[in-house]
Amino acid sequence: MLRINNVTKKFGGLTAVDDLSIKIKRGTIHSIIGPNGAGKTTLVNMITGVYNVTGGTIHLDGKDITNVPTNKLVYKGVCRTFQHLEVCSNLTAVENVMLGFDKYMDKSFIKSCLRFKSIVDDEKKYFDKSIELLDMVGLKDYANIEAQNLSYGILKKIEIIRALATSPDIILLDEPVAGLNPNETAEISKIIKDVAHSGVTIVLIEHDMKMVMKVSDKITVMNFGKKLAQGTPEEIANNEEVITAYLGNGAFHGH
Amino acid sequence: MLKRYNINFQIILLTLILVCLPFFFQNDFYFEIAILAILNAIICIGLNLLMGYAGQVSLGHGAFAGLGAYISVILVSNYEMTPLLSIFVSLIFMAIFAFFISKPILKLKGHYLAMATLGIGIIINIVLNSEDEITGGADGMSVPEFTLFGYLFEDSLQWYILCATMLVLVIWAFTNLIDSPFGRLLRSIHDSEKAAGSVGINVSHYKSYVFVISVVIATIAGSFYAFFSGYISPEEASFGHSIELVVMVVFGGLGRVYGAVFGAIILTVLPQLLTALEEYETLVFGGIIIFVMIFMPKGIVSIWDYFVEKKDKEKNLVKN
Repeated sequence: MLRINNVTKKFGGLTAVDDLSIKIKRGTIHSIIGPNGAGKTTLVNMITGVYNVTGGTIHLDGKDITNVPTNKLVYKGVCRTFQHLEVCSNLTAVENVMLGFDKYMDKSFIKSCLRFKSIVDDEKKYFDKSIELLDMVGLKDYANIEAQNLSYGILKKIEIIRALATSPDIILLDEPVAGLNPNETAEISKIIKDVAHSGVTIVLIEHDMKMVMKVSDKITVMNFGKKLAQGTPEEIANNEEVITAYLGNGAFHGH
Repeated sequence: MLKRYNINFQIILLTLILVCLPFFFQNDFYFEIAILAILNAIICIGLNLLMGYAGQVSLGHGAFAGLGAYISVILVSNYEMTPLLSIFVSLIFMAIFAFFISKPILKLKGHYLAMATLGIGIIINIVLNSEDEITGGADGMSVPEFTLFGYLFEDSLQWYILCATMLVLVIWAFTNLIDSPFGRLLRSIHDSEKAAGSVGINVSHYKSYVFVISVVIATIAGSFYAFFSGYISPEEASFGHSIELVVMVVFGGLGRVYGAVFGAIILTVLPQLLTALEEYETLVFGGIIIFVMIFMPKGIVSIWDYFVEKKDKEKNLVKN
């Protein structure tokens, strides 16, 4: 479904992603892992058009989406979350989720000012849908609390369901469980699995190996901007090169 | 989502106050201050949409209002248009002008954006001062009478009714706007442009959009003020006026429609009340602003919130 062909990104003299090719199959949870600075987030930023690629192409279902900006990608069915929380702190939880339905809503200035019935009905409809989504992840009770007063774990979940509200074909999750406790991690793993089960493709960037091994269908390991290995969780867990990349040469022998 | 009955209640209350006020006015001077306060409030509502909701600072709105007013006036006195048509042409021109300057400057953030709008404001002021063949230079120019469909506005009460009606309509429209997907979108841009972009919002498009709206509102109110006072000078478009508008919005409460309204009204009327203090006027005026900003950082409207919250708490206590 998502094909990344020979993509390269250079920042001046630094090559963050180097001639990388990945194929991501529909309906799978495809994890991309690698040590810090391996170029994972850069890759996500390129797929979602935050950065322009230096070379290579990205195709979604055969259509070229290289360098298409994030807000237009949403209309093509690609949505993302962020490594560093990007939730609107002055909006309530439910309003943050409603933001996800933005692309379906009529935002005509005149109609909004005159409070047309269609606007009010839309607002009501998507409010209910958002509450439903919040209920799905067990956050219904927090619906009317401003995001700035909610905990980090809850906001991480809200970010995911906000992405889900755009009804994407593919979601890119950039470190969804970073900084969360084991309980919260388990909850988010479950949400991710449920979402994948409903037919949405998930690209997961994560450092939490336990979680990655548990939820992934396929894993791509990156190091220094290149693809180091790719395979099922078992294959990756037993791959010599991967172990070396993470733990360093001779880490087991001690120095 | 806002509570609907609250909004209707607030608008009805405001309308009642506006209707009753003229009975307490003893002379034309009262009307003059009231009309000035109302027109400032209208500009501030537009500016608040930009600053309070979308989070983009502008230190040039006084200049935009002034320029818009000048264009309206010049069209009437030099090209013999009717005032209403001239205001319409002026706001179209200002909308296009605002659109073109918004594209480069709204890429800037925070202090840099403030500097850019400040610069444009000062350029406008200089142009109005120096093009004295068209604008009359620093001496300003007199403004023809205002007619609406052949009906001449000369009495202060007529002006008061016109402006007060405009104020109520603008408040009604903007509270509706804020309570719609459009309003939520603006607030999301304020909080996180990345989040807004990630759900498909074209951030730069909406930033320009709201900038144009606020400039158009300023143009309308500025033009009406020029026609009302019968005289216009570059003072209208000065840096001082722009700052005054920003202070009104912040003083009243950023991101609240009524904040802008009360901020504008209080800061327009207050200096008149303080004239009795003679040379201490400015000192007391400044003191009041500092006092409010220290103890009510969210502006004057937080007094209202305080009582609403207190009432809610009492209700909850009763329930429990």
